[in-house]
Amino acid sequence: MALGHAAETEFGDFYRRLLILRVGLFLVVALLGLRLWHLQIREGPYYRDLSENNRTRQVLLEPARGLIYDRHGVLLANNVPSFSLYVTLEDVKDREVLVEQLADLLGLDPALIRKKLGGKGGKLLPRKIKDRMTLRDAMLVESHRLDLPGVMVEVESQRNYPGGVTAAHLLGYVGEISPEQLEKPEFSGLHQGSIVGQYGVEKSFDRHVRGQAGQKNVEVDALGHEKRAAVVEKPQAGNDLYLTIDVRLQKVAEDLLGQEYGAIVALDPTNGDILAMASRPGFDPNVLSRELTPKQWVEIVQDEGRPLNNRASQGQYPPGSTFKVPMAVAALETKTMAPSSTVFCNGGYQFGKRIYHDWKASGHGAVDLHTALVHSCDVYFYTVGQRMGIDVMAEFGKEFGLGQGTGVELPSERAGIMPSTAWKQKAKNEPWLPGETVSAAIGQGYVTVTPLQMASLIGTVANDGVNYRPRLVQAVMDRVTGNLQELPAVPRGKVKAKPETFRIIKEALADVVTKGTATRAKSSLVTIGGKTGTAQVAALRTGPEESIPKKFRDHAWFVAFAPVESPKIAVAVLAEHMGHGGSAAAPLAKEVIETYMKLAPQVPMVSSNASKAEPVRSSLEQS
Amino acid sequence: MIDRLTDSRGFDGFDLRYMGLILVILGIGVLSIHSVTHDQQGGIAPYYVKQLVWIGLGAVAFIVMWAWDYHSIARLAYPAYGLVLVLLLFVLFEGRASKGAQRWIALGPFSLQPSEFAKLVLILVLAHYYSKAPRAGWLQRVIVPGLLMLPGLVLILKQPDLGSGLSFVAVYAAMLLMVGVRSQALGVILLFSIMLFPFVWEGVWGSLHDYQRQRIMAFVDPDYDPGGKGYHALQSKIAIGSGELTGKGLFGGTQSQLKFLPEGHTDFVFAVYSEEWGFLGVLLLLGLFVALIWLALDIAAKAKDQLGALLAVGIVAMLCFCVVVNIGMTAGMFPIVGIPLPLVSYGGSATIMMMASLGLLLNVKRRRLSLFY
Repeated sequence: MALGHAAETEFGDFYRRLLILRVGLFLVVALLGLRLWHLQIREGPYYRDLSENNRTRQVLLEPARGLIYDRHGVLLANNVPSFSLYVTLEDVKDREVLVEQLADLLGLDPALIRKKLGGKGGKLLPRKIKDRMTLRDAMLVESHRLDLPGVMVEVESQRNYPGGVTAAHLLGYVGEISPEQLEKPEFSGLHQGSIVGQYGVEKSFDRHVRGQAGQKNVEVDALGHEKRAAVVEKPQAGNDLYLTIDVRLQKVAEDLLGQEYGAIVALDPTNGDILAMASRPGFDPNVLSRELTPKQWVEIVQDEGRPLNNRASQGQYPPGSTFKVPMAVAALETKTMAPSSTVFCNGGYQFGKRIYHDWKASGHGAVDLHTALVHSCDVYFYTVGQRMGIDVMAEFGKEFGLGQGTGVELPSERAGIMPSTAWKQKAKNEPWLPGETVSAAIGQGYVTVTPLQMASLIGTVANDGVNYRPRLVQAVMDRVTGNLQELPAVPRGKVKAKPETFRIIKEALADVVTKGTATRAKSSLVTIGGKTGTAQVAALRTGPEESIPKKFRDHAWFVAFAPVESPKIAVAVLAEHMGHGGSAAAPLAKEVIETYMKLAPQVPMVSSNASKAEPVRSSLEQS
Repeated sequence: MIDRLTDSRGFDGFDLRYMGLILVILGIGVLSIHSVTHDQQGGIAPYYVKQLVWIGLGAVAFIVMWAWDYHSIARLAYPAYGLVLVLLLFVLFEGRASKGAQRWIALGPFSLQPSEFAKLVLILVLAHYYSKAPRAGWLQRVIVPGLLMLPGLVLILKQPDLGSGLSFVAVYAAMLLMVGVRSQALGVILLFSIMLFPFVWEGVWGSLHDYQRQRIMAFVDPDYDPGGKGYHALQSKIAIGSGELTGKGLFGGTQSQLKFLPEGHTDFVFAVYSEEWGFLGVLLLLGLFVALIWLALDIAAKAKDQLGALLAVGIVAMLCFCVVVNIGMTAGMFPIVGIPLPLVSYGGSATIMMMASLGLLLNVKRRRLSLFY
């Protein structure tokens, strides 16, 4: 009996030991079960979250910005597909290695990549490292995707301005939202990397054009590569804008300025529509909408020509003799001067111990208001100013919108200065000196204006005192509803002056062109009324114009409207350091006016190029 | 007595419960392997098909080991051990390396892992040794069998294959306990220290500095955590934990499907299963293993002779050890050593060896009542 023998001698304790084994086994399995219960039941939700984080990434779908058209539906800003590089830190194994890889692969600055990676936001938020990648770079990254965990190339829409520099100041440019902007309530709902308008209409109408970002949930594998994507929320394209400008006129105006610094503003006095707004020097918004290196920024910002400055709405210049237009209105309205009253001009005006010269040293002789405007007699207006006083001048200046923003839909519009005794007390903490009234009477001294203000002013005169707020956007196309919402012209009020006053002044301004200081603006196509101006830059003037360094030469002004009988266009030209308004600025205004007359009449707006506006056009054709 | 004799036809050991348990566990394995590999190339055939082939070969091995008298098998123990040592030596110099370790002998498209077979052979060797004569005293009970085990152990650790090495020691310790040592406490401590190793490990391990751990682990097992920073262990814990009570469903395990979990079809198959079937599934699988081991312990208890009992104990010890250590490591209870989950993990050598062992176990049961042969 082998078994009995074994059981009793060799394996006496065998069964007891088997029992120990069973108990031990039970204990160990119980411990395993406990551990698994702990993992799956007690900590289950925690690990469930971890596994969700492992596999899903929320990717924002950037919306396409609304398109921008000119008044005839010519495309000014659209979007083109472009490649953007994103990195999700969660999937990155070694950040430094990745930085080096990307720097090598794409020739980027490692410091810049580090900065981008270090931005705000969780590890799960994909950070944009580079936009507007070339196709070659995008392919390069794609072909190395296995070595680049966490790196994604996304196709996004990139702002594009087909016209390049054309209307750059008006349109503005776009850029990544800044940390300061992110804090502001008007940018709520945006995030780091969002593209917003940073200048021009892009900025002022950003809320309309921006659109609404969508979101997709992407399931990624262990290398952070997309496996499946579910769109949770579709991005909503921004609304389209129809501007008031005629891009053809805009180009003519810009070409007229050419390499010179200055601004040309043309608007429709009957409704305030800005037809053209040129500012030189300009910039290419396509370049600025890209990511600039700090060095590029410094170059642009430190450029002496200040190309980012929109001289039309942000440049403030003494109005010079163009200021005589509101002065003339004030003189007649306050009865300081009757239309037929004359002042004798002998080439100078003595006030106190000082003699204020007329531009014409020999003097104009006896001049009435008409002659004083036609020949721009300074002595006449010194006299008017002296009799009226600065505060009455200021009151009329303000009637015409001087010293205040026009309300145009552009960021950082400047207001200029319409001085008064109160203004000087407040701004300089000094009393007003009587002699300063004399300078102000011919648009020198403290008075400063923007070209846009002057275009609006001459338009108001042309429109018999009825003033509209200059505007750039005449309609917004809602991308969701398809509705074209036309924005009405905004009246700004009416200058308190008799129609007779405007008639007299417009007559005089017409004669300025036919036989006065602006004969170079005379057109065979259309009657033009206008006023020249020369804004002094340096107080002391010695010798002939050509001998003065250019930066001390005077600015040339010309403000005009046409046709005289029923004005359709008002123009202000400011040419920096170009000398006399009559010679330097008037011909440019004439070109702009003639171009506009040749282009007109047009179908009001939104025509051929805007497909969304088809119904509008056909209904117009039927009617 | 007559009853017993009539029972000894040789088929009563073909226990349906035993067979059922094995088949259900194998089925769970195939299903989990298919789930985690269904979208990848498995070479000449999908992984689950290859696993079915291994199971088929394993079934042949099972029947051979079941049908052939275990006394005859045991007599081949030393030659078999010699062969295994030769194979292990061959692996050391000519083996196919994978992930920093040389464990395989290439056989065309397949590869053989001698260390798996070495485990079964060790059981045979030790059972044969103890059953030959009454082994008394420290030298005969502990030292000599220890020396017998040593060449295999060294060759396996040299590969390096920490998991197989540890199971070697576990088998030795379990059998030592069963034959009894003078100080029983020693055996108990030895066995329990191995079984409780996972739980103790965390405390000791946790008190070490990172660099110390990495040095130790790099020394013991270079393929431990190649991604660094506990990636495998963490992903495995996430997979198991995120299964919660009811799991994510077949093919629904994101950790495994999206390849966050490494080695999902082999060493970490338990994590795949836990993620997809939840705690309920885990209880089922643990229950199946406990039931199988319970039956196996019954067989050991009712074995006809010393050899049978020792074979049964060795096989049970190996099975227990592999199950506990594999589940323990996937559940993050102690560092990762490469031990597959018996009958569930993908792998030809391991599956065939485990099925052969279970066949041998049934062989012991089958012959428990045949007094003379």
